[in-house]
Amino acid sequence: MKVFIVGAGISGSLIARELSKYDIEVHIVEKAPDIGWGVTKANSAIVHGGYDDPPGSVRAMFAAYGNKLYDELSKELDFSFKRVGSLVVAFKEEDMEYLKELKKQGRENKVEDLEILEKTELKKKEPNLSDKVIAALWCPTAGITEPWDVAMAAIENAVENGAMLHLGESVKDIVVKDGKVSKIITDKAEYKVDVIINAAGLFADEIAKMVKVANFEIFPRKGEYILLDKKLKGLVNSVVFPTPTKKSKGILVVPTVDGGILLGPNAVDLPKEKKYDLSTTRDGLDEVYVKSKKLVPKIDISYTIKTFAGLRPETKEKDFIIGPTKVWGFVNVAGIRSPGLTAAPAIAKYVVEKIFPEDLKINLQRKKHFNPYRKKIPNIKEVGLEEWEKLVKKDPRFGRTVCFCNNVSEGEIVEAIRRGARTLDGVKFRTRASFGRCQGGFCSLKIMEIISRELNIPIEEIKLNYEKSWIMDGKVRV
Amino acid sequence: MRREKVDVLIVGGGAAGLAAAISATKEGVKTVLLERDRSTGGVLNQCIHNGFGLHVYKEELTGPEFMERMWDELKEDVIRPNYTVLEIKPKTREVVTLSEEGLVIFEVKALVMATGARERPLSSLQIPGSRVAGVYTAGVAQKMVNIYNRLPGRKVLIVGSGDIGLIMARRLKIEGMDVVGVVEIMPEPGGLIRNVVQCLEDFEIPLWLSHTVVEIHGDQRLNAVTIAKVDKNKKPIPGTERKIKVDTLVTSVGLIPQNELIEGFVEMDPINKGPIIDEFMRTSIKWIFAAGNNVAIHDLVDFVYEEGKIAGYYAALISKNEKLPDSDKRFLRGQNVGVLLPQRFSQKKSFKIYLRPLKSFKKSILKFDDKVIRKFNWRIRPSEMIDLVVKDFNNFGPNVTVEVNEID
Repeated sequence: MKVFIVGAGISGSLIARELSKYDIEVHIVEKAPDIGWGVTKANSAIVHGGYDDPPGSVRAMFAAYGNKLYDELSKELDFSFKRVGSLVVAFKEEDMEYLKELKKQGRENKVEDLEILEKTELKKKEPNLSDKVIAALWCPTAGITEPWDVAMAAIENAVENGAMLHLGESVKDIVVKDGKVSKIITDKAEYKVDVIINAAGLFADEIAKMVKVANFEIFPRKGEYILLDKKLKGLVNSVVFPTPTKKSKGILVVPTVDGGILLGPNAVDLPKEKKYDLSTTRDGLDEVYVKSKKLVPKIDISYTIKTFAGLRPETKEKDFIIGPTKVWGFVNVAGIRSPGLTAAPAIAKYVVEKIFPEDLKINLQRKKHFNPYRKKIPNIKEVGLEEWEKLVKKDPRFGRTVCFCNNVSEGEIVEAIRRGARTLDGVKFRTRASFGRCQGGFCSLKIMEIISRELNIPIEEIKLNYEKSWIMDGKVRV
Repeated sequence: MRREKVDVLIVGGGAAGLAAAISATKEGVKTVLLERDRSTGGVLNQCIHNGFGLHVYKEELTGPEFMERMWDELKEDVIRPNYTVLEIKPKTREVVTLSEEGLVIFEVKALVMATGARERPLSSLQIPGSRVAGVYTAGVAQKMVNIYNRLPGRKVLIVGSGDIGLIMARRLKIEGMDVVGVVEIMPEPGGLIRNVVQCLEDFEIPLWLSHTVVEIHGDQRLNAVTIAKVDKNKKPIPGTERKIKVDTLVTSVGLIPQNELIEGFVEMDPINKGPIIDEFMRTSIKWIFAAGNNVAIHDLVDFVYEEGKIAGYYAALISKNEKLPDSDKRFLRGQNVGVLLPQRFSQKKSFKIYLRPLKSFKKSILKFDDKVIRKFNWRIRPSEMIDLVVKDFNNFGPNVTVEVNEID
């Protein structure tokens, strides 16, 4: 029994981890050089409450349940997850109707503890909210995390339990024989295969076309973000939403798990061919600024660290496309737009516990020695000083700081490389080195030096992220 | 966790920190200098061009040479490399550090903050476009070329005409890169005029004033940038856009004083973006001194060095329980005054003040209250720091307004 998962984003990674609990051969193929670099990398990093998806939609079914799975998952996989709660704020009387509707909808989706807070109570919780806000829907179970970290943690744990990861390998074709998937052909090799899980994010429609079951198209919806310095920690304590529009949940003000403040996203629909377009625009950034300032007037964008954009995979159906197809063994996990991060753990369980036995009639056997735990790369802020000292005594490299803004040591960087980081971004997303206010000004060259030493490759071969993102152009003098 | 008692602890081993160590050790007090990097010198290590030391060593030196001079002056071994300060506790005078030997807590009598500045990254300016490889701060490009012996690309545009941007334009040209030009958003260059002449004019590198980068293009690696002319409010003028093919962008868009360790409890100056200090380089906390680019961004390492010396000397004095007079008098910023230090002072003895005008003036006067202190018969600019020694404060009250006015 051989299962191939296409795509190491949040869905693919969690499915891989879920499947690695069973006695089957699991492979993950990812065309990017690292885990979680597609849709997963750039979004609002929110584990939503699950109240705003229309009852009866596939989204609603997975979001509320996915949210509940995060506590255990974050403990097993040791990633940062904080239930900071969320607020949907109302500025005028009409908005109040919306809040009530959301609350009702939430109840139908089995989201607990929703309440509408009046202004005074609200101000106590979020003193920096605009004075024009009259009330808000409070959802205590909403949370924040780092989506790429969840994906990396899940893959690390899946690999620990026997799954095989193929990075930088892209699926070129799929061979169907007698109505069943039989072979998967990549740019590097051909593999015999029994089941394919199509978790290819923005490119899931193209993968589905290979087996001629595509009855959906994915178009990218761009969202631009502004990230502000950790110095603004406490500007908001919870996720602050405006009252949503039909198109999106609106532009939010979000605390990040490591103390920064994230503003965004806007929502701009792009043509199908723009699936690689991660550029920001003047209009987009201005919109993010203006709208977030309406929620929290104190926002000062002179504290900007960086701006970036992410793409969400949208379908006409505006809903997840999850399930088997008429080609036996080909399973779609497609159109995973917002709240995909929230839903992903529930989707993974659904694929493995429902689709495999019921739709594919495959009886999976539990592994005897599944290890559910993964340990994150230790970090001084989370470990605490006394524990950190013990670590330094064992390995002095943990006492040598490389990234000064986020206090990342050489020990952590070496560990990130051991876990698969091959690029500057690989190290950055595993350790937060160069994620801080100087954006790598002090540490990027040092990190390259460490990668070069650890992997024994010339320093000029190290990339920022993808194959063509070279950093150095050969020697000045021989 | 090891504890260590120290008279003067210096944080940062750049020019200010080393100079502080030179003067503190001369006073015979137990001094330790913590450097978070693997060696001292800070940015001097990568500044292999000359022009350092004219004031203090009366010679034109390169950065590494300037550093060596400081090492020669520093008789004792007080340097601890690879020490990161995690926290400063103002109540207990403890400084928590991390190093390869674990955590070390220093109990100090006096502290000199010489933490310097960092470069503002381009990403903080919200320029739209792709997020690609090939965009470097001038300092990173400089380190890449001068220390790592690697070129950042083939064809480069420089953004910002700050001193390191100008110097990198020259360096990259000398090392064989095609330097297409320097864009500066302000109507005047951001660096010293001597650098504009020696780095751009002598090498025929164009400087586009009142221009900025409005978009970054590329797929994975930079392949072009769009620049545009800006109006008086620094807003790009539609229709003036021009796309320039380059694979590298080097930015010199400002330095930010680094005060994260102390800004929570010392009084800060929003204009200098550093702590408020007096003529002893003392902050609002009596045992904490500060010197160099974390106090305000300076033009010359010589100035930084001089401040470091003052800070180290007075830090040593107070560690010996000598009293310094209260600095109860203030300088207030009047018209056209930007960066200004010190902001407080105590006494009648002479000391040096530094300031930057907010605008460029052809001819101008500097006044303390209504008294003319100096007349400038030459052009003064925001990019060139004015330093002057002021001697007599007898005729001034507790608040002295400093202002610059244009004259005919």
